[in-house]
Amino acid sequence: MSDLGWIHGALTAARPQAMGALLRYFRDMDRAEEAFQDACLRALKSWPEKGPPRDPTAWLILVGRNAALDGVRKQSRTIELPPDEQISDLGDAESELAERLDGSHYRDDVLRLLFICCHPDLQPSQQIALALRIVSGLSVAQIARLFLVGEAAMEQRITRAKQRIAKADVPFEAPGAAERAERLAAVAAMLYLLFNEGYSAGNDPERAPLCDEAIRLARLLLRLFQTEPEIMALAALMLLQQSRLAARFDTNGEAVLLEDQDRSRWDAKLIHEGLALLDKAMRHNRPGPYQIQAAIAATHSRAATAKETDWAGIEGLYQALERMQPSPVITLNRAVAVAKLKGPAAALDMIAPLEEKLSGYFYFFGARGAFLLQLGRTLEARADFDRAIALANTPAEAAHIRQHLDRLTAEKVS
Amino acid sequence: MLYTVLCYNKEDVVWSWTKEEDDAVMARLSVVHEKLVKEGKLGPSLRLLPTTAATTLRGPGLVIDGPFAETKEQLLGFYVIDVENLDTALDVAKQLSAANPTSTYEVRPIALYVPDVRPNAPKETIKAY
Repeated sequence: MSDLGWIHGALTAARPQAMGALLRYFRDMDRAEEAFQDACLRALKSWPEKGPPRDPTAWLILVGRNAALDGVRKQSRTIELPPDEQISDLGDAESELAERLDGSHYRDDVLRLLFICCHPDLQPSQQIALALRIVSGLSVAQIARLFLVGEAAMEQRITRAKQRIAKADVPFEAPGAAERAERLAAVAAMLYLLFNEGYSAGNDPERAPLCDEAIRLARLLLRLFQTEPEIMALAALMLLQQSRLAARFDTNGEAVLLEDQDRSRWDAKLIHEGLALLDKAMRHNRPGPYQIQAAIAATHSRAATAKETDWAGIEGLYQALERMQPSPVITLNRAVAVAKLKGPAAALDMIAPLEEKLSGYFYFFGARGAFLLQLGRTLEARADFDRAIALANTPAEAAHIRQHLDRLTAEKVS
Repeated sequence: MLYTVLCYNKEDVVWSWTKEEDDAVMARLSVVHEKLVKEGKLGPSLRLLPTTAATTLRGPGLVIDGPFAETKEQLLGFYVIDVENLDTALDVAKQLSAANPTSTYEVRPIALYVPDVRPNAPKETIKAY
């Protein structure tokens, strides 16, 4: 890898912790961002010549902080700090800071930075856009591409979100245990949203970085909070879902159902890591929704063929999830397992009461259409597939349903 | 003489490499691996999952999530090599380092080597499983 490639990687990896520390120091998002930008520019100048510092994060915090202070001093015409060639040789100062950074408030810095993006007044799409800007450091143009919107619109969305959190009361004192757990849960939910945004975008290469970034941030969170079973499970869930990426779409970019996927194309490394994390989480005997969802994903990962899938196990897990978080979408998912176990008629009965609540939900009509089709009720199936297409969120979703319809039409003709 | 060559790096950086970046490093390393195999120097070698997947036992009763110690750089994997002396061992480490320049390689002599004598011991490379 080239020097600049290495520096880019180091700056990206250091960003959440450095930004979190600078935010705690300045208590102002814009000043923290400016200071970090400044430090990155100096790193790009200094690191290729002098080699990377021993602790890039500590270097960036110290240089960013000094650069910002330097700016303030320049404005007030007082003495300047030494030139940054000297700051680059941080020596003792760096190691002293690095030691202090190892303290527990370090992880609270990152958590705070992520938590700020989860402000309840922000729309989910605003939350993840803000996290990608502030925590991941993507440019507005990059984020606009990921969300398939214009740059000006995204600029506005992020600016509004920033204005809103600037007015909000951001807590800078170290959180208590209950507060920390609350923040962690909010941040986990936001990362899950971020992942889902990428997952539902399918195989669009422009949007693929969404899932990768969600996994990167989940790993970061896990490294900071190593004993939280739900964070282990969140990371496991993402890794297990992401392991199927290469198999989820055919060469025409059309969605391939789980049962039809070529399982040799699943990413064994991601599966292995996901299963290892889920194992660790279950040891704690503190079940939670992410653990159950990861366990469902793991049941699929463990099945060598679609036929060997433990549907009874999956149904039981969905039942547990329903008890924990009652939702018609979860019931719908359980119905798919029930269809495998007891046949489509039982599944149809189960989802009959859900129609009103899920009348705008693509998967409801896709699933019900499939159950009806299995029962030979083709007219009703066709009506459901038509509704599903109308509600599809992506071309791949619509194309998948259209395959069913084409098959129906072909059968009718023959 | 048997040595281990231990590979260290910042796992948050390494596990953020894109698939292309990771593949490129592994491809460069595999050139070195093949050369070492031909020279009869390479024993078993392992790449580890990140320390977030680790569980640590401190004493028989205390199970801790995570690695043994929080360190700035983490053990990512290791090789067993069979070479004449430290100079050759360091030469092997240099070749690995040239293929993967951001990682640090520690060369350490082996005091006890217990071979894998299971009848079904894997003879081929296993990825993840």
